[in-house]
This record gives sequence, C-alpha cells and structure tokens, in this order.
Amino acid sequence: MSDMDEMEDGSGIVKKFMFLNRKAPHGTVYALEGLEVVLITAAFDQDVSMVFTDDGIYQLMKGIDTKGIEVKDFSRTYRALEGYDIEKLYVDQASLDARGLTEDDLIVDVTVLSVDEMANLMAEQDVVISF
Amino acid sequence: MLHIVNKSATERSTLESCLRMATKGSAVLLIEDAVYAATNGNAAAAKIQAAAADLKIYALGPDLAAWPGACWTESMSWITAVLWIWSQSTATVSLGCNLN
Repeated sequence: MSDMDEMEDGSGIVKKFMFLNRKAPHGTVYALEGLEVVLITAAFDQDVSMVFTDDGIYQLMKGIDTKGIEVKDFSRTYRALEGYDIEKLYVDQASLDARGLTEDDLIVDVTVLSVDEMANLMAEQDVVISF
Repeated sequence: MLHIVNKSATERSTLESCLRMATKGSAVLLIEDAVYAATNGNAAAAKIQAAAADLKIYALGPDLAAWPGACWTESMSWITAVLWIWSQSTATVSLGCNLN
C-alpha cells in the first residue's frame, strides 16, 4: 500500500488523544461513557493519554463499593487499561490536594502532574476530549 | 426544614447556596455526589463543619459507602448521622464504620 492509499483510508495515522475525566463516577454517566470512548480510541491504535482532574479523581479511588447504590462498579476496568496499551494516566496534584487524597488512595499507578506540567501536556495533544 | 443536596460541592455551588439559606435547626441531607463534601480533607468539609454548629447534617449511607476512603465516621464528627434506609421500614441511624 502506498503512502497515498494509507492517507486516504486513514490507517496508519496516529494522533495524540487526551481524555480529560472531570466528573465523579456515579452521579452521572460521563465517567463510564468516557471510559468506553477511551477503549474504542485505543482499539484504533491511537496515542491515548487519560487525565483525571477535579471530581474525576474519585473515579480512581480504591475500594469503591456500589452495592448499596445499585450502579455498576467499573473502577476495576482502570486496572485493565494496560492490556489495551493505555499506560499514560495522569492526575492533577491540585485536585488531589483539594480532596484530601494522595496517590496511595488510587487504584492504579499514575503520574501526578503540577498545573504547569498538565498545561504543557495538553498543549502537545492533537485532540482533547473532556468528560 | 429539610434541605437535600445531590451535587458535588467541588463541582457546583449548590451546597454552598443551601448552607447560606438554611436557617438554624434545619436539617441538610447529603446524597449522591454531595456526600463527597463531607469526606475528610475535602475542601468543602470545613464549610460543613462550620455550618454544623447551627444545622443537623445527615449523609446517606450507601452513597458514602461508594466513596471508599478510609473509615470516615470517627473523624467526620460534623455529620449528625449517617442514614441507612433499606434495613428497616423507617430510616435507621448508624454511626459505625461500614467499610472493610
């Protein structure tokens, strides 16, 4: 296949996607739906970064128990992301601080970034999608 | 009067508005994402703590249980009671830690 053909059918083009997760996990469907989109994007072999900021931090908490509120507990899915080649997980330090949380409270290994570092990371992206 | 808040205080200003309007002796019930505000170290917890002097603050147990932080009850003394509503026909009040 020539380069021109690859361009036309879109295969082989890898863009940098950042998914900004900003909402608490259970009050709305944003977190769960966002996770679905992330998995789809990764299935197309795109360069995916996931960022957790503001109440989105709560999506990554250890020990979530949703039995009493009768909604799906999808928090374990974050631990499976590695299997989909999604390894770039970032957390906003200020959002952790505002909620009295530390990296140890989170279910997966993340890179904690300052506001400046986060801004730089965002500037590098081709596409930023916020949930 | 009973005020019910269901939005996260770190995302919207509903809790703050509620605390501003609630008169002395009123009850504020935190449910769904609003329970995050009552958790240790949350920026909004101080506001609840201050308001607890004049108000009764309640939180719904199953929503707090979905929030998985460390055992919250002893240090979260600003909560008057945590409510569990499935175990009896009337609301039961439990102050024990329900987290493993």
